[in-house]
Amino acid sequence: MSIFVFAESSDNQYKKSSFEAVSYAAEVAGKTGTTVTAVSIGKADNAAQLGEYGANTVISINGPAFDSFNSEIYAAAFAEVCKQGNASVAVISNTYCGKAMAGRVAVALNASLASNVVDYPDTSNGFLVKRGVFSGKAFAYVNLTSQVKVLALTPNSVEIKKNGSAAVVTSQSVAAVSSTCTVTGTNKITGKIPLTEAEVVVSAGRGMKGPENWNMVEELAEALGAATACSKPVSDMHWRPHSEHVGQTGITIKPNLYIAIGISGAIQHLAGVSSSKVIVVINKDAEAPFFKAADYGIVGDAFEVLPKLIQAAKSATAS
Amino acid sequence: MKILVCMSVVPDTTTKITFTDNNTRFNTAGVQYIMNPYDELALTKALDIAEPAGGTATIIHVGPADSEPAIRKALSMGATDAVRINAEPLDAQFVAAQIADWAKDKAFDMILTGRESIDYNGGVVCPLIGAMLNIPSIQVITKLEVNAGTATIERDIDGGREIMTCTMPFAASAQKDLCEPRIPNMRGIMAARTKPLAVVEPVSVKTGVEYQSFELPQPKQGVRMISADAPEELIHLLRNEAKVI
Ligand SMILES: Cc1cc2nc3c(=O)[nH]c(=O)nc-3n(C[C@H](O)[C@H](O)[C@H](O)COP(=O)(O)OP(=O)(O)OC[C@H]3O[C@@H](n4cnc5c(N)ncnc54)[C@H](O)[C@@H]3O)c2cc1C
Ligand SMILES: Nc1ncnc2c1ncn2[C@@H]1O[C@H](COP(=O)(O)O)[C@@H](O)[C@H]1O
Repeated sequence: MSIFVFAESSDNQYKKSSFEAVSYAAEVAGKTGTTVTAVSIGKADNAAQLGEYGANTVISINGPAFDSFNSEIYAAAFAEVCKQGNASVAVISNTYCGKAMAGRVAVALNASLASNVVDYPDTSNGFLVKRGVFSGKAFAYVNLTSQVKVLALTPNSVEIKKNGSAAVVTSQSVAAVSSTCTVTGTNKITGKIPLTEAEVVVSAGRGMKGPENWNMVEELAEALGAATACSKPVSDMHWRPHSEHVGQTGITIKPNLYIAIGISGAIQHLAGVSSSKVIVVINKDAEAPFFKAADYGIVGDAFEVLPKLIQAAKSATAS
Repeated sequence: MKILVCMSVVPDTTTKITFTDNNTRFNTAGVQYIMNPYDELALTKALDIAEPAGGTATIIHVGPADSEPAIRKALSMGATDAVRINAEPLDAQFVAAQIADWAKDKAFDMILTGRESIDYNGGVVCPLIGAMLNIPSIQVITKLEVNAGTATIERDIDGGREIMTCTMPFAASAQKDLCEPRIPNMRGIMAARTKPLAVVEPVSVKTGVEYQSFELPQPKQGVRMISADAPEELIHLLRNEAKVI
């Protein structure tokens, strides 16, 4: 019996969320007295490093069918090794790719499934997991009662713990299932931090007046190593791409730091961002509802505050 | 062209979420229910594809009779007919199993869902149905065109977009950008009154997922205000007090 964890990679590099998932699996394995097997699918550099985050064994599955992500093929291969290794728990990151796999893995393993998991399970009496519901407006505790459990872990929910050493990597050949879907191309936004995984997010709303003013937002984001986001009207007016829209009808995020500039803080916006650890609000209206959900606030005109803030951020990160 | 569109019915986005019975049940008092916004996109896309081809777009919903106004809305948007599986939608695995069981012998070319329902946000009904029916499931799609039996699809991936082709049948989940949702017009609303809405009893399914209790996020400790003239103070606090940069 072992806890299996899928280590997702992109451009040959493991994602930060994969290290979180392995650390998470190691913690659960420690509690339940079992081991961790990390499964790497497709091309990725240095699979042995997964051991440093707590994997006892690493299985690597490769071949032309695994070169691009296909949820059917990846899920079937991961489920196959989980079955062979008699997995009791399978951990997958709650990313777009991870979620696409998780459902299929659960069906293949006849397992209970919980997505949006935000904390370690309580195994003192059953297997109780905490998951985000209502777009971050609340959490639910669900008891998973099947023999096998599949968990999709929300990025930035647990700390990465690096206290192991490089693991032995075993290549395993797994026959790829056939699929009627073929990936014909990808369009990656390079050089930008994906919003769902970012630790710091700089976000702006209608208070920025127009798309031409976003250079300040981007400059601050760059100085802080942050991803950029926006409110719904901003993406509706095509000032910014839809992929940046956060909130109840957009993306739900959970960064360590969320900086909201010129955003009023409507309930639908808060839903998507209120799980952020620290929230900073910059708004010229002292009565803006967002201040109630903030940890730090500045009442001021973004056009005056931002240049100074960018300056301060640049000199702080330079030192 | 036969398309099945899965619809969930969710609390209106302005709902203040609270719980009752010692935090074990969602408090539905005064809550307005609506068609899940992403499902409006799935239905609109289904209609855009089905109508010119003389096909059908059937709505399926797992839920109690209270959901019928939302189902009527879907019919007034243009759905051909609707099916309601008469059961509490306990969790995503239960819902997917009901839909897969009903759809398995009906030869749909496509099953569309929303990216996620804005209440329980599993985002997993689409891959679950795909796996249960052994067809591909493509998540968070932003483009879908069908040509001679083959679909060209674009989907969001973390940090970009992927372009793929897929032969039918398949399941896919709708993301923003796929289309603009249709708004029902008067004719649609009139027509919806007489469109077929079948009520089907559920099959027995055991999922191994039990909701035990709910919790609201910890309220913030109160905001610490910083002068607009001293943003460097903010950077200092974020670095040394909050330790997030
Ligand atoms: C069904 C539904 C779903 C929705 N889903 C979402 C969602 O997912 N995400 C989302 O964001 N919204 C969503 N909304 C919209 C939401 O209700 C708000 O309308 C929206 O969040 C407001 O965006 P905003 O804060 O950018 O704009 P506004 O409400 O116009 O606020 C602009 C703010 O900027 C401030 N400001 C103006 N000028 C300056 C300046 N120079 N310097 C500093 N501050 C300034 C103003 O004081 C104000 O507080 C949804 C609405 C509905 C009905
Ligand atoms: N009770 C339900 N009945 C029918 N379809 C549903 C139901 N719940 C969820 N779905 C579909 O599955 C999608 C994703 O839901 P979820 O996995 O719950 O986030 C929704 O957008 C719907 O298309």
